[in-house]
Amino acid sequence: MDAVLSQLYAGISLGSVLLLIALGLSLTFGQMGVINMAHGEFIMAGAYTAFVVQQIFSDVGLSLLVSLPLAFVVGGLLGVLLEVTLISRLYHRPLDTLLVTWGVSLILQQVARDIFGAPAVDVRAPSWLQGNVEILGAPFTTSRIFIVVLSLVCVTALGLVLRYTPLGRRIRAVVQARGLAETSGIATRTTDRITFFIGSGLAGVAGVALTLIGSTQPYMGTTYIVDAFLVVVVGGIGQIKGAVIAAFALGTLQAFFAYSQSVSTAKVLLLVVVIVFLQVRPQGLFSVRTRSLA
Amino acid sequence: MSAVVTGLRPRLVGLSGYAVAALALFVLAPLVLTDFRLRLLAQFLCLAMVAVGIGLAWGRGGMLTLGQGVFFGLGAYIMAIHLQLSDAGPGGRPSFMVTGSGLPWWWELFRHPVAAVVGIVAVPALVAFVLGYAVFRRKVKGAYFAILSQALASAFALLLISQQGTIGGSNGLSNFQQFFGFVLNDPVNRRMIFFICAGVLLGMVAVVHQLMRSRYGELLTAVRDGEERVRFLGYDPALVKVFAYVVAAVFAGVGGALFVPVVGIISPSNVGVVPSIGFVIGVAVGGRATLLGPVLGSLAVSYAGSTLSAEFESVWIYLQGLLFILVVSFLPGGVVSLVSDRWRRRTDKGSDDTGDEPGGAGGSTGGEAGGDPPPASAAAEVPLVDDPTGQVQPGGVR
Repeated sequence: MDAVLSQLYAGISLGSVLLLIALGLSLTFGQMGVINMAHGEFIMAGAYTAFVVQQIFSDVGLSLLVSLPLAFVVGGLLGVLLEVTLISRLYHRPLDTLLVTWGVSLILQQVARDIFGAPAVDVRAPSWLQGNVEILGAPFTTSRIFIVVLSLVCVTALGLVLRYTPLGRRIRAVVQARGLAETSGIATRTTDRITFFIGSGLAGVAGVALTLIGSTQPYMGTTYIVDAFLVVVVGGIGQIKGAVIAAFALGTLQAFFAYSQSVSTAKVLLLVVVIVFLQVRPQGLFSVRTRSLA
Repeated sequence: MSAVVTGLRPRLVGLSGYAVAALALFVLAPLVLTDFRLRLLAQFLCLAMVAVGIGLAWGRGGMLTLGQGVFFGLGAYIMAIHLQLSDAGPGGRPSFMVTGSGLPWWWELFRHPVAAVVGIVAVPALVAFVLGYAVFRRKVKGAYFAILSQALASAFALLLISQQGTIGGSNGLSNFQQFFGFVLNDPVNRRMIFFICAGVLLGMVAVVHQLMRSRYGELLTAVRDGEERVRFLGYDPALVKVFAYVVAAVFAGVGGALFVPVVGIISPSNVGVVPSIGFVIGVAVGGRATLLGPVLGSLAVSYAGSTLSAEFESVWIYLQGLLFILVVSFLPGGVVSLVSDRWRRRTDKGSDDTGDEPGGAGGSTGGEAGGDPPPASAAAEVPLVDDPTGQVQPGGVR
């Protein structure tokens, strides 16, 4: 029972990391059809933001709280920069955005390597995030609980913004019917940019969260990006709830596979599960209905 | 759609280009290059084989596959297993394995040379068929397919790394003595392997050329440009796509298999996400929808990579990133398209000026009423996948 519980906890925390990353992806991918491979490097940028902030503030807890919003801004600005300079030229060529942003991610990785060096840098976790909490008799590390809470907060905030604010309405309108939204006077290009800012900013936040549980190094983004894309594929585009369910489902599945088999077999099994799932629901768990044939 | 009309001239140009390539590879290269350089070129040729397949699947079929490393790896590991076993002799076991543990059953499959050769072709083909058919049948395409293929590459590399005891883990397999009975250290045999690589690559280019001249080639481009329309015409786009994908996988597998005796080592670092996408860059640079573009682009990128990365590793990475960004955003037709565009414009001047729009990579836009067929549609001038002008949006209503 303990083993099951601790796998479940591992799955939940992996799921919430994936969710944080996939939220941003599903925004950009869902709204604009843009596959941003540099999303992983925005994560890395967020993580290094946490590292830099920690060099400035001596108080570890304070620096964590400062770096969360700061990383959001850093990731977001990087995203907007990418959108304005490159992606905006490629909206009609979704596959090409993938390759172009891959090029961007190569460059960003090398930039990080040149600035911070290839070895992982040390980002300390505040003392109140060290240690374990026993939940139902199985240990759950505090830092992972923090990540779960953080990702839930982000999901809720994003959901509220999308549902109740004028900005959210605009974003949803653009996702569901870009042409009609534009005809109705919504500035779709501005909306795109804001969406990209939010999505990339969430990647930055995810980066800060990852410093608590993983190592901060130039290639950290690539570790998660493929899985996060799988979450988006399974969850379907255009709706948050799909990403939430898919993230926790895939995270938990991977944790259990990794427990019963091995980490590498888990990845293979997970991919098989995803492909089988797509046989049943090729459009993902939830999808916004459009009149397109595709 | 009208059948491809081929004039005599482009055909002659294609043939003579082919002859020049053959001469360069079989006569010139062995004469001027040192043994070391020849070996390097053979290595590049193996990578170019993968590029030819990507050119078919991506350039002509619109399937951006970011997981060709998987098929490359399957071919390579089967070859490596066979070479290890033949080095060990009958009943023997490869030296890297821990004594006492039994040989895995799938090693024994490839002990016989014929079985190994069959496996090199069949295993990648089978994997590609199963994955491709499952995915394409459910109309999963475009970006989704790209992501799935990349996930496959990532999972495959991890799987290889975890198999320390059976296939050498992250060290991979190396130290091969013989290649089907020929000692690998002998320069003469090395040259023979180079010739095999060159011949196989030329053969692959010829296969793609013939495929694209056939009705199937028409169908493949049609699926790329308007899958639903092809479906409404009564074809099954899934089968059309899966065939191109399987061919690409086989090419990658063969490329991987030949890579092993040339380079002497295969490890998971040759098959993961990064090398898989590395195969794509050469294709993009050369020209994805052209016949020779993928080969030339791949050779150029390999050459640049090997010369630069040895001394200035970070420079090469920046350059690689820039190549991706610049070529894909500003020159989606690749370098070869520059040349062939110019050539077409020159030939166009002689005839009517129907398709003389500057910048439009497609003579096909003018061919709606069965007017003049584009003069050089046979070899290298199929319009681009994601040509910004007049492309049917895959997202439908947006």
